[in-house]
Amino acid sequence: MNTIKYSNRLIKFLCNRSDFHGLCRKTAHLFHEEQVHWRKKSFSLSRHFRTTSQRLDLNDKPKVERPRAQTTIDEEEIKRFSALAQLWWDEEGEFTALHTMNELRVPLIVNALIEQKQKTGAESHQFKAHSQLEGFKILDVGSGGGILSEPLARLGAFVIGIDASEENIKIAQAHVIRNEEVACNIKYICATVEDLIESEERSFDCVIASEVVEHVLDAPMFIKACCKLVKPGGSMFLTTINRTNLSYLLGVVAAERLLRIVEPGTHNWNKFISPQDLQYLLDHNGFSTRLVHGMMYNPVTKRWSWTENTSINYALHAVCTDQALHVDGQT
Amino acid sequence: MAGVKAFFNVTNKYFHLSTHTKSSNIIYRYISSTSSVPRDVDIVISGGGMVGAAMACALAHNEIFEKKKIILLEAAPERGKYILPENYTNRTCALSPATVRLLESFGAWDEIKEMRYQPVKRMQVWDACSDALITFNNEDLNDDLAYIVENDVILAAIMNRLNAAGDNVEIHYSTSATSYKFPGEIDDEGNKESWLTVNVSNGQSLRTDLLIGADGFRSSVREKSNFHTMNFDYKQMAVVATLHLSESVENTVAWQRFLKTGPIALLPLSANLSSLVWSTTPENARNLLIIPEDSFVDAVNDAFWNDNDKDPLTGRILESFSSILQNLLPVGAVSKQLPPTVIGVEEKSRAAFPLSLTHSSNYVKPRIALIGDAAHRIHPLAGQGVNLGFGDVSCLNEILTKAVGLGSDPGSLKHLLEYETKRQRHVIPVMATIDGLQRLYTTNFSPLVLLRSLGLHTTNSLHFIKNRIIRQASV
Repeated sequence: MNTIKYSNRLIKFLCNRSDFHGLCRKTAHLFHEEQVHWRKKSFSLSRHFRTTSQRLDLNDKPKVERPRAQTTIDEEEIKRFSALAQLWWDEEGEFTALHTMNELRVPLIVNALIEQKQKTGAESHQFKAHSQLEGFKILDVGSGGGILSEPLARLGAFVIGIDASEENIKIAQAHVIRNEEVACNIKYICATVEDLIESEERSFDCVIASEVVEHVLDAPMFIKACCKLVKPGGSMFLTTINRTNLSYLLGVVAAERLLRIVEPGTHNWNKFISPQDLQYLLDHNGFSTRLVHGMMYNPVTKRWSWTENTSINYALHAVCTDQALHVDGQT
Repeated sequence: MAGVKAFFNVTNKYFHLSTHTKSSNIIYRYISSTSSVPRDVDIVISGGGMVGAAMACALAHNEIFEKKKIILLEAAPERGKYILPENYTNRTCALSPATVRLLESFGAWDEIKEMRYQPVKRMQVWDACSDALITFNNEDLNDDLAYIVENDVILAAIMNRLNAAGDNVEIHYSTSATSYKFPGEIDDEGNKESWLTVNVSNGQSLRTDLLIGADGFRSSVREKSNFHTMNFDYKQMAVVATLHLSESVENTVAWQRFLKTGPIALLPLSANLSSLVWSTTPENARNLLIIPEDSFVDAVNDAFWNDNDKDPLTGRILESFSSILQNLLPVGAVSKQLPPTVIGVEEKSRAAFPLSLTHSSNYVKPRIALIGDAAHRIHPLAGQGVNLGFGDVSCLNEILTKAVGLGSDPGSLKHLLEYETKRQRHVIPVMATIDGLQRLYTTNFSPLVLLRSLGLHTTNSLHFIKNRIIRQASV
């Protein structure tokens, strides 16, 4: 999905309430149980993926039609965003809000994953500050230009970024190639979540769909597919826009038409989803929601902050708990 | 003090730079035609003076940068192991407690303690035109206000610690940046450059996430990347020298007297040696450098002792004001102490350099951060210059640690802007105060003399204000 994840703003006041301190605090003394050498594993993974990438012809040839029935992607949206793709990595450009959103979502993901590891981990050993996520296998759904995938890979995680737009995948690949360390930890694939189920079912420690759900055609199907990819005990992180009057006003009217923070037409309010609906979908797929928290964007400072109010943007963390249900969900 | 070091450092660098570029241009042209593939690194620090070396050292000892590749470009050749000379050198700095904390964080302060330094427990500042004076000392002389350390000693201590650190920092001696390709520039194929490329005088080209400009007040990083810079020439020269004192006392007081032509300061180096920083008119400075040593010593003593500029009216008003103040405030009489008599000057220790105020309106641009004198250079009258530079190092280190902890790109402007905001909030008030003092004291216009004398006297009587000033100066 083209992850043009737009989020709406026009928040006239600055909300500095940070109830989220627990999550955002620095993880100075963290432990984690086992070290898995993902680099080795990445070879076997690439084997798994060969089918997918060959089919979609990752490299140069024209786009191959994907079987429609299998997908939740809205082709219209892909076209719309491919045009914007050049601008992915300009921090001051179109995607500023996504770049600065990392200040909230990266600590959210890092802290939750490490906490999870500490709970389950029998043996604890010292984390290295520069590779806190070493040993985690993460799927970034709708990775776009790699704005979220790269930081996670820099922190040591093995990240697979999937995006339906080939141009995005190429931009992301071109950007990461300069840094060998990081490039080893990232794999970008032009694919959909549905494509991965076959080879990667229940293999990720963590699946992230940040600013994606509001762009998919069939959210229940999308969530179901994502859930299937998470290991038992693994995490799912979602950030999206609530379906409220306020979100229509701010996310569509203000952000797209008045303030032009986002390209007009980026968002379709009817696709927005409320946290309750999302939780319901996750419940049905054997996930228990650990946390729902609102996020606020200040268009003046161009920074995000946590807030209790989930009526516009929010982040959700759920953990795959019930194995039986999970199996159930597949059938 | 900071200015002292900065000037020499920069002149040194300038020298190397200009001699290098000519020969190296040829080399570079040759090499660039053969190998145009830039080497990818994470951070390049341009300038290995005290501040640049401290930056490299702070990053080298920072766990989070363990896997990053950091390159320090130093124009001077490698010096080899530093051997502490018997004679003190004339370039010194007054290090604030905050600077000491930074140096402690990577072990350089212990190295300095093993070499030599002199604590300052008390400071006395007074006016040549009146009896007004202010003294600073932390409660009962227990805590030190500052430490006087020779620049060479500071740099050697930092370099020792840098060499002892891991191999994530490479030091390239006798090299300097010759040209830069900045992010956003359009290359031959019409693509926008995402990274910053530094072409180095040894022919290498380095493509980096972040370039830290620590190349002194005539920073080439700043000039080439078109930072808007404010410049003001004080039309003063600072004369430095190492002086012999008449008697071996506990030499822990820093003395500064505001003369009409500029402040003269005597900073303790050892029991019987002090370092002089005398800001004065260029004519006087040139004269002070050429006169015989005897006459120089007389001139220094005269500058501290003479009463020629005293304003009689101000003196009388100040006297009555002081007696009123004493009735109002329960403070003991302020005793003016007398500075030690100078009896000699160390051979060949006299030198002079021009003083100016330089301030870059921005400290950062995409993938560029300026630190130390490259960003701001101030009058040495409060000895704050180098401390501000070390403050930049602490702050940038902190911000980069946070950025890397988030998995972020260290050259990302969103983090660098945070550094700029934090530092400018600190640097600009300090700079304005020092510039204001400098202007206030280079006049003998009676009403102003009276006002400043009353102001100084009042400040001296109010302990809470003084303590606040001390605290401010030590942050």
